[in-house]
Amino acid sequence: MNKSPLQLHIPEPKARPGTPADFSGLRIPAAGATRRPPADANESEMRDMPYGLIRVLDEQGRAVGDWNPQLPPERLREGLRHMLLTRAFDERMVKQQRVGKTSFYIKCTGEEAVAVAQAYALEPSDMLFPAYRQQGLLIARGWSMVDMMCQVFNNTKDRLKGRQLPIMYSVPEVGFFSISGNLATQFPQAVGWAMASAYKNDTRIAAAWVGDGTTAEADFHHALVFATVYCAPVILNVVNNQWAISTFQGIAGGEHTTFAARAIGYGLPGLRVDGNDFLAVYAATRWAAERARRNLGATLIELYTYRAAAHSTSDDPTAYRPDDEWKKWPLGDPIERLKKHLIGIGEWSEPRHAALAQEAEEQVKAALKEAESYGTLGTPPDRPESMFDDVFKELPPHLQRQRARMREGN
Amino acid sequence: MARMNMVQALNSAMDVMLARRPEVVVFGEDVGYFGGVFRCTANLQKRYGRTRVFDAPIAEGGILGTALGMGVYGLRPVVEIQFADYIYPAYDQLVSEAARLRHRSAGGFTAPITVRTPCGGGIFGGQTHSQSPEAVFTHVCGLKTVIPSNPYDAKGLLISAIEDDDPVIFFEPKRIYNGPFDGHHDRPLTPWAKHELSEVPEDYYTVPLGKAKVVRPGRDATVLAYGTMVHVSLAAVAESGVDAEVIDLRSLVPLDEETIAESVNRTGRCVIVHEATRTSGFGAELSAVVQENCFWRLEAPVERVTGWDTPYPHAFEWDYFPGPARVARALKKVMEA
Repeated sequence: MNKSPLQLHIPEPKARPGTPADFSGLRIPAAGATRRPPADANESEMRDMPYGLIRVLDEQGRAVGDWNPQLPPERLREGLRHMLLTRAFDERMVKQQRVGKTSFYIKCTGEEAVAVAQAYALEPSDMLFPAYRQQGLLIARGWSMVDMMCQVFNNTKDRLKGRQLPIMYSVPEVGFFSISGNLATQFPQAVGWAMASAYKNDTRIAAAWVGDGTTAEADFHHALVFATVYCAPVILNVVNNQWAISTFQGIAGGEHTTFAARAIGYGLPGLRVDGNDFLAVYAATRWAAERARRNLGATLIELYTYRAAAHSTSDDPTAYRPDDEWKKWPLGDPIERLKKHLIGIGEWSEPRHAALAQEAEEQVKAALKEAESYGTLGTPPDRPESMFDDVFKELPPHLQRQRARMREGN
Repeated sequence: MARMNMVQALNSAMDVMLARRPEVVVFGEDVGYFGGVFRCTANLQKRYGRTRVFDAPIAEGGILGTALGMGVYGLRPVVEIQFADYIYPAYDQLVSEAARLRHRSAGGFTAPITVRTPCGGGIFGGQTHSQSPEAVFTHVCGLKTVIPSNPYDAKGLLISAIEDDDPVIFFEPKRIYNGPFDGHHDRPLTPWAKHELSEVPEDYYTVPLGKAKVVRPGRDATVLAYGTMVHVSLAAVAESGVDAEVIDLRSLVPLDEETIAESVNRTGRCVIVHEATRTSGFGAELSAVVQENCFWRLEAPVERVTGWDTPYPHAFEWDYFPGPARVARALKKVMEA
């Protein structure tokens, strides 16, 4: 009997500040190499999928393989525009935080393809249960950037009346569910919404997003169990951007298997997708949406990407990872890759790209000017008594009394 | 009218609401085909079909999470948490999500969920089938907390809870499912059939949330109680000979402070009774309400009779349970002060 001392294993990323970025261990299949099963295939015939990586754009920017969604060039240019807008929006809002016009902001730099391409792959009436790094969904659905900024500024036009941390958007008008700071809670909620849609014989489906770190939460498991049991028409997305604040994905269990492979134990299809490949993200999401709409149930999609920016404005990633790690990410930048593709097929050019980026800048600047006219951090969004509204549908007596006391100053 | 016990009255409430509103769905552990471990959902699946009354995985957090999503869609889920002792895995979905969704979305999204859950001891359930965690939920803004004490109220309050557009935690004291247990565990249980409040209309009616009920008028002291403790308190009053008024709170949030204040200001003495543990129990809140509203009329310090601050002990259940003798002693104490 082996009685040598046991040793506790604590996963550790390959590189830390002061050491060179190291992605040498990543196994990245070539574009087009991962097969495309029919959308109505049996889950048991797809258990290789979570270990592949769906990629359409190759290193030269060509679209290759069965997953190529054959999107028309105008749709791709629109995608580029929405990604540029998202990036410009993020850059501008971080600056507002730096000068004290908002308390907080979260960028999605490097992950723009996830939200924008996934929004395109869904119908406008499908319901979205996002995490806090999918602002691109709102932008791709054409929602007002002014309205988003007003929430971030907590100003007089803040639709959430100063009740929420900046960026915790809630936009029922475009099917964008109220963002929670508590992680993973939206995952089973999306499943419940999808179950309700099926119960009502509706045609709409739901989609939800969490990060790699959040897959460790019990609600992630709840979502997958309920989704498989009730065959819920929902797409469950894991945005694996490698980092949960300072914690690398190995601490969420990513060291020994893929996050997409979590699906196998639940009998759900799991797809693993190059998250910086606009075409691959679109195609995989479309596949899962078709499956859900045909009443074949849920799909778990892992979007393999990299969080190029800090977790939030309260975070400094140079304290825990090499500061150039994002530049070394082998799957590149989603905007650059789509641009290269469009140029390659003769549908785009550097000058047109520069002009579009400039246009996005101008649009964000104009929106900012309007949003700022309604105030920024420190401008009261409403009377303080408004905090008592919406705790319940109707104000019960004890809250009436407390509101009166607040007015009287005691 | 029909004679119903608590289980039948609760079943009838869900039956009525399933029939009236297609957006009502009922689910939870063992509630579908089998009809629930306490039989509260018996025959409902047979009557309304599997998509309206169904079994859930053993995952309370998942039950509440999916219920919230259904509520957002526009359904009106009624979920069962098999024992209140098992509700804690769902705590985050209740506290951080259901309770605050309306507020955080400025009314954009709401969660009209009813959570039914059996609570309380006296059934030899040990520490994992006996708890009364109501105070934990009364501390959460955005949740309503309800506890009925008889079949008539159980049905009327449950219908109100299901119709309410905010989330409601509906505690069902399981010791009184079959009869108005008064704490005398050594005597045979009187069945509900002999109690006037087991006369329950078979059709739709409501009992409003947030309204207490004086179940025994009295002049000399006020007893504040809810659930099983209403019957224990009535027994204690009868046995002590004190002419005490007994108030069944029925809703803890919203709380009917007016009825409480009116009574205590009149009697000048107050005993608060609950089965849950003492420290930070709902009795502490009630005591503060009495102090704030009735201080100048109080003739004696407010007394609390509660479970002890220990886990519910399996073998010493009746040493833990605040029975009529303890309530009677408290009544005597406030009278002698």
